[in-house]
Amino acid sequence: MGEPRLIEISPVTRVEGHGKVTVHLNAQNEVDEARFHIVEFRGFERFIRGRLMWEVPVIVQMLCGICPVSHHLAAAKAMDVIAGVDQLTPTAEKMRRLMHYGQIMQSHVLHFFHLAAPDLLFGFDAAAEKRNIFEVIKEQPELGRRAILMRKFGQEIIEATAGKKIHGTGAVPGGINRNLPVERRDHFLSLIDEMVDWAQDAVKLARDYTMDNGELVSNFGSFPSNYMSLVRESDGALDLYHGNLRALSSTGDPIFDQVPYTRYHELLVEDVRSWSYMKFPFIKALGPEAGWYRVGPLARMNTVSHIDTPLAHAAHQDLKTVTNGAPNHSSLANHWARMIEVLHCIEKIRELLNDPDLQGSDLIQTGERREEGIGVIEAPRGNLIHHYRVDEHDQVTYCNLIVSTTHNNEGMNRAVKEVAVSHLSGQDKITEGMLNHVEVAIRAYDPCLSCATHALGQMPLLVELFDSGGQLLERRSRAA
Amino acid sequence: MTDNRRDSSFTFTIDGVEIKAYAGQTIMEAADAAGVYIPRLCDHQGLRHQGSCRVCTVKAGGRSVSACTQPAAPGQGVENETPHLTKMRRDLVEMLFHEGNHLCPICEASGNCELQAMAYRLDMTDATKFPYLEPCRPLDASHPDIALDTNRCISCGRCIRASQDVDGKGVFGYVGRGIHRRVAVNGDKLADTNAEVTDHAISREVCPVGCIIRKRVGFVTPIGEREFDKGLIGHEIEERRT
Repeated sequence: MGEPRLIEISPVTRVEGHGKVTVHLNAQNEVDEARFHIVEFRGFERFIRGRLMWEVPVIVQMLCGICPVSHHLAAAKAMDVIAGVDQLTPTAEKMRRLMHYGQIMQSHVLHFFHLAAPDLLFGFDAAAEKRNIFEVIKEQPELGRRAILMRKFGQEIIEATAGKKIHGTGAVPGGINRNLPVERRDHFLSLIDEMVDWAQDAVKLARDYTMDNGELVSNFGSFPSNYMSLVRESDGALDLYHGNLRALSSTGDPIFDQVPYTRYHELLVEDVRSWSYMKFPFIKALGPEAGWYRVGPLARMNTVSHIDTPLAHAAHQDLKTVTNGAPNHSSLANHWARMIEVLHCIEKIRELLNDPDLQGSDLIQTGERREEGIGVIEAPRGNLIHHYRVDEHDQVTYCNLIVSTTHNNEGMNRAVKEVAVSHLSGQDKITEGMLNHVEVAIRAYDPCLSCATHALGQMPLLVELFDSGGQLLERRSRAA
Repeated sequence: MTDNRRDSSFTFTIDGVEIKAYAGQTIMEAADAAGVYIPRLCDHQGLRHQGSCRVCTVKAGGRSVSACTQPAAPGQGVENETPHLTKMRRDLVEMLFHEGNHLCPICEASGNCELQAMAYRLDMTDATKFPYLEPCRPLDASHPDIALDTNRCISCGRCIRASQDVDGKGVFGYVGRGIHRRVAVNGDKLADTNAEVTDHAISREVCPVGCIIRKRVGFVTPIGEREFDKGLIGHEIEERRT
């Protein structure tokens, strides 16, 4: 019997932003507690106060370099309301949707191929130097090439709609500042069929992984939870840009359904814990113990009634058969769900590119000013809520952001605990590969910790083993 | 320009290029007419010359002078784009960035901003030479149609001259001395002044940065169609050169 130990994985790698994991082992080497800590603090909700309302969609997107479009659009939707605009022009709405689909596609592709694929292809406990995108490219050059070109396609869609691939200025309160020139449309159309084919192959890759590793996927970070997302107002279909809120229990029963997102604060409460800068939201009606929920690609596959694009719909039905139509609780099934959404986004992009409204010139609407606006969108990582109040001088007086990774906070912590108990308990020697299992569980949620804490710096991996008195016993490090 | 002045034309050189000038013309006026660009920030067409930013400093007869205020002289040899002057100008522009809070990625003037455009023209790639002063200046959004973010002010005084000389109002003026000198409004806040959004002083062309803000039009010009998306600052003057 040894001494109680504390293992720290800091920072967690191949995620966006900075976080760490602590695992507390007792004298019998069993996991007492495992937590995912977010150690950055950014404070956007506070320093946006006083800024002018039309600056907000441009400023808040600086929360993130991976999914800035989500923040840009959620803020723009809130500012539409404040600008008194309830209905955008067809060109504005479709340009924004095009931007959003390009964004989700590129973000999901980045996550699956660049961040998660090394674990899935080489194994969770493969040599650390093997688990990176360069090894993926070396061993499967065609896969690597597609990963890069698919992401490029999504980023070019963003550039065509927002002016820049990262941190553009397309959406303004009441509309959009550009349309899509025919030359750009024709360029994208010349590539779209290949993108559809590649996305179908990516769905197959993720599906095959899930089916070939059924036992692992079913047991690794798998636990029941509630799920929440936007769904389309008319029929509950997947709608990543706009809709109403739907939450389902772990058995698929509705907790609330088709609730306008402007009532989010009646439904959700954010809890605070002393050991993390990230809040813990829960469904008010169920309380903090039973009311936590998950969001994101798999959550959306669980909540939506169907998908309105044929190829993605078929893939969704295929995913649902694994659990006989019931909610899928496996953290690793997020990868399959993510690729289905890539396919859906590309189908949507194709649909939009063939719509002449994208070449319209009626771009911005005006209306009667309001004081408060809420904008909600389905970001790559899940539901994203932006809520603002603006005074008569056009200055922001209040800002509340609930980002996808925050919604998933409890879920990620449960996944960390579950995997830590399964893979670290009872082990005398903790290897780097074992610790990577914990990171794999976190990565399945594609967390964006920068967004969640509303980082700068390098991203090395430092694992330190302490005794219960805080004495450093062992240190392993990996260069950035 | 009177016929008398036309009659009194003469030539001088800028970086060895012969430039035609008339009596009373500044070095910058003659250079502009000839299609030779001399960088400047506080000078603006239609406003009286001030010579305060010193970005237009040239060497004339071995002396450093501001091209916007120094009259051209017959036969004079003027140095403009020398490595020494370019470095000095770059340092001046860098210091302007460091004195204020110039956050280009979130500023609605980005792409139309003369300070940003000048940094690009002067190849200002190292922004860490001087310490950031990071002032904390409140935003004045009290006026229904205009806002003032003096975090971005470079004290060029163009708004002061435009308001006094063109609008006949005196909305803006300098307060403070030395490094603390800054542009302020004639009242506790902008809403207390007689400023109007149609004033020349409020127009986009007068404020070279994003300090004077016309409300509710920020970011409506898409990236790619902003003024300096079309070319380096000064390109319009240089295109006049035959």
